[in-house]
Amino acid sequence: MDTNAIAADQTLDVTGLMCPMPLVKARQAIIQMEVGKILKVLATDRGSVKDFQGWAKTARDVELVEQTQDESGNKTVFVHYVKRVK
Amino acid sequence: METSLEINKTGVGGMTQPTSLESRIEVLEARLNELEQQLPEDRITLVVFSGDLDRVLAAFIIATGALAMGEKVSMFFTFWGLNALRKQRILDGKNLPEKMMSMMTPANTGQMGVSKMNFLGMGAKMLRLMMKEKNVETFEGLIELAEGLGATLYSCAMSREVMGISPAELREGTEEAGVAGMLADALRSKSTFFI
Repeated sequence: MDTNAIAADQTLDVTGLMCPMPLVKARQAIIQMEVGKILKVLATDRGSVKDFQGWAKTARDVELVEQTQDESGNKTVFVHYVKRVK
Repeated sequence: METSLEINKTGVGGMTQPTSLESRIEVLEARLNELEQQLPEDRITLVVFSGDLDRVLAAFIIATGALAMGEKVSMFFTFWGLNALRKQRILDGKNLPEKMMSMMTPANTGQMGVSKMNFLGMGAKMLRLMMKEKNVETFEGLIELAEGLGATLYSCAMSREVMGISPAELREGTEEAGVAGMLADALRSKSTFFI
């Protein structure tokens, strides 16, 4: 999937933060957003990949649109696109 | 050759099914209601028995993670776990064993030790330092966060009395509960953790 095609409505940078903060911050951000909007989350926490999958699987109000990783910097950045569905 | 089968006129549970469609729907709705009452909620329950910094830290990480996932969280602190709720030490009004217990347990979360390699508190200090270096939220920060996200913190009244801890020694906003209070939440939770 071409990630440039995903139009995120808001970006949240949680690079440097560790479990459970990326998830907590993402949750706090997305509940302020309208239904249908997409939040792009940038994280360096390696656990966040499984965490965001688990969150989307459990919670009824969010959907994981896409996950990518960016190796261009000196630290891998995991990018999560989360959509508020409810 | 066709043989007629006997039609089962009794419903589940041996109830005779009413014949009219409307009354059958009514019965179904009542049963559905009853079943819905028995379904677990989007909730987890944690029983925190340990007063070790590392173990209670795990409890608060689970709690905040669950809250972020949209689950409700009930946390019950009992015995050594009560140390995680302590904000001060009050010796006034305590008898000798209670005073001794009070002197030997942490007066606040800053004095909590780790379960392994504590070395008179050096281990706990080192863990806190390592957490800070790795940019992990502080222990106290996680408690505040859990409360802020809506976790309910209960202290076990019985163990609090046994250990001679007065409610004034615990952080504000802590509610009191007994075993039935904990079980009532555990029974409507999808998961219960004992730490």
